[in-house]
Amino acid sequence: MTTHQRLSLTRTIPLRARVYETLVHLLLLTSSLVAVGVTIGIVFSLAFEAFEFFKRVPVEDFLFGLEWSPQTAIREDQVGAQGSFGAVPLITGTLLISAIAMIVATPLGLASAVYLSEYAGPRTRAVVKPVLEILAGIPTVVYGFFAALVIAPFIRMAGTSAGLEVASESALAAGLAMGIMIVPLISSLSDDVINAVPQALRDASYGLGATQSETIRKVILPAAISGIAGSLLLAASTAIGETMIVVMAAGLAANLSANPLEAVTTITVQIVSLLTGDQEFDSAKTLSAFALGLLLFFVTLALNVAAQRIVKHYREQYD
Amino acid sequence: MTDTFTKRTPHLARRHAREIRFQWLGKIAISIAVGFLLIMVGTISWMGAGALKQTQISLQVYLDPQEIDTSAVEKADYGAMVKTALRATFPEVKKRRDTRKLYKLLSSQAAFGLQRQIKENPDLIGQTKSVWFIASDDVDMFFKANITVDTNGNAGKLDEKQVQWLATLDKSGAVRSRFNTGFFLSGDSREPELAGILSAFAGTTLTLFVCFLLSFPIGILAAVYLEEFIPENRWSDLIEVNINNLAAVPSIVFGLLGLAVFLNAFDLPRSSPLVGGMVLALMTLPTIIIASRSALRSVPPSIREAALGIGATRTQMVFHHVAPLAMSGMLTGTIIGMARALGETAPLLMIGMVAFIVDTPTSILQPATALPVQIFLWADSPERGFLEKTSAAIIVLIAFLIAMNLIAIILRNKYRQRF
Repeated sequence: MTTHQRLSLTRTIPLRARVYETLVHLLLLTSSLVAVGVTIGIVFSLAFEAFEFFKRVPVEDFLFGLEWSPQTAIREDQVGAQGSFGAVPLITGTLLISAIAMIVATPLGLASAVYLSEYAGPRTRAVVKPVLEILAGIPTVVYGFFAALVIAPFIRMAGTSAGLEVASESALAAGLAMGIMIVPLISSLSDDVINAVPQALRDASYGLGATQSETIRKVILPAAISGIAGSLLLAASTAIGETMIVVMAAGLAANLSANPLEAVTTITVQIVSLLTGDQEFDSAKTLSAFALGLLLFFVTLALNVAAQRIVKHYREQYD
Repeated sequence: MTDTFTKRTPHLARRHAREIRFQWLGKIAISIAVGFLLIMVGTISWMGAGALKQTQISLQVYLDPQEIDTSAVEKADYGAMVKTALRATFPEVKKRRDTRKLYKLLSSQAAFGLQRQIKENPDLIGQTKSVWFIASDDVDMFFKANITVDTNGNAGKLDEKQVQWLATLDKSGAVRSRFNTGFFLSGDSREPELAGILSAFAGTTLTLFVCFLLSFPIGILAAVYLEEFIPENRWSDLIEVNINNLAAVPSIVFGLLGLAVFLNAFDLPRSSPLVGGMVLALMTLPTIIIASRSALRSVPPSIREAALGIGATRTQMVFHHVAPLAMSGMLTGTIIGMARALGETAPLLMIGMVAFIVDTPTSILQPATALPVQIFLWADSPERGFLEKTSAAIIVLIAFLIAMNLIAIILRNKYRQRF
């Protein structure tokens, strides 16, 4: 940049050109401020509506309450007129499904990444990489449809024949579909990370007589561990924020359960079910969706920032 | 030689076995991922193939000149004519309950087809003509062998009598299966046999059009500013971190933003492609900015120095020399971003693009729905006939995604420049 600045002979440029330059400069600046504006817009709009919600329902009831049954009173004196807005069952449901997804996706994604970056020849890579890209590009509504139509009945059938009680919208079905969805994400991010490990480390290990798999397990993976951790965090954040798969394949009722065969609901499912259809904007029920959105935004933001810090630090280590 | 070597180091064989096992782990993992893709796409294609065919039933219809007023052809009661024709085909059916079952063999909109034919060809009035009608979805499913006759002689929602009538029709050659043009040329419907993707497709096109008009210029200009103009300081770091994070914000949060700002604060029309496009534009913006910045970064500094060296201003240097060289990369990024936007459902649910839309939207202010949302809506419908429609719509959606990605890949390979 400094060379360009020294080279540009600002003083000899005629006034009209300088006005033009300034205008273009302003246009460009405005465009890039849109991106910043979006973030500010997200934070303010969510925070504003969430603030309205917290006027009606105390923050601690929302964050630590164990019961979620959002409703608006039709009569003053009806049973459960207040509704209860305890987000804990939603948080645990989200974590349960994301955990299943990560348990499925981590070994598959990492093993694929290792194989593609260390073993596969250029021809295998040329076939497998686009396939994984297609897998990553399939809309999540398709995964949701497949999970609800094929995976869930299959799990139910398998579970019933093994004598287990399986809900038709089990967390396991949604988690499995989501796991497959994030495999390409983990594998492509980890692939980059593994490729960034310097060749010298590999050569040194081979020179000591290690086999290729020993080199991978004892040298490359430990060297790449922070980068891999970063990519896993990003994948977890994607799983937590994923909407359509859980809307179509997970349940609606808020259950506080860690059993993957039961139906649980998630933050995103509740946001969708609260905000689709008719709504009045000043009820606690509708506003609670924004509180959930704010929670979701901050959780994923924290995971993303952490992931980017880790990966950036990792890159600086080897560049 | 090998033998003595292995004997001397007995654990070498073990290490090599472990090496092979380790490689197999990778192969298995990839096979599972690829296998899942094949099973998923295969199952959905298999289920969706049926939607390309439509079952039709032929009836002899007497186009009574007393019923049809030649000056207002469209006003005649074609429904009654179809019903008369059905009763004439099965004169033995007398009971009211049975005739009603008989009518259910045809789509509830069968009369519209007849009306259209007469309107196009009024000379037919007075004749008895054999006309093909769209069968109801239960009949359609029956002939596609998606439902089988059970021990009581029932097949799904069809009862014993209906199954017998269909057999009679089939024997006399009055049943045929034709390519379902209606699936591509009509809008959504409550009746599976009539539902098509045209309205959703038009909605998607309009939405993506708005999305492109907003995100492409803003994304590219922002990338140019961030890459070529911005002085490196704390602010530029902040913007960089901000954009990277924005790319990873869950899409549903953008929907909430659209609901709170565009719909409630700005009062823009709900369910419209305008708002849908705006929300998707905000969502794709980071993708386009990141891809465009890396395209700009790949243009070597020598180009910039040469331009500045012969007296170009910064703006001229960027817009005459650097940006054109990076254009293919920026376009590739944009297409990939648009492909993501094409499959996005959750933010559109938030801004109300889940309405039941029959008419094809023609402006960005009309209520519309989008292809992935249509898939979501159909997947929720209990009728069996919608199952194959959902699958077929998914195939159309995936075909478009693959086409867009192929364009991006071709563009990238064709205009790739090595400096």
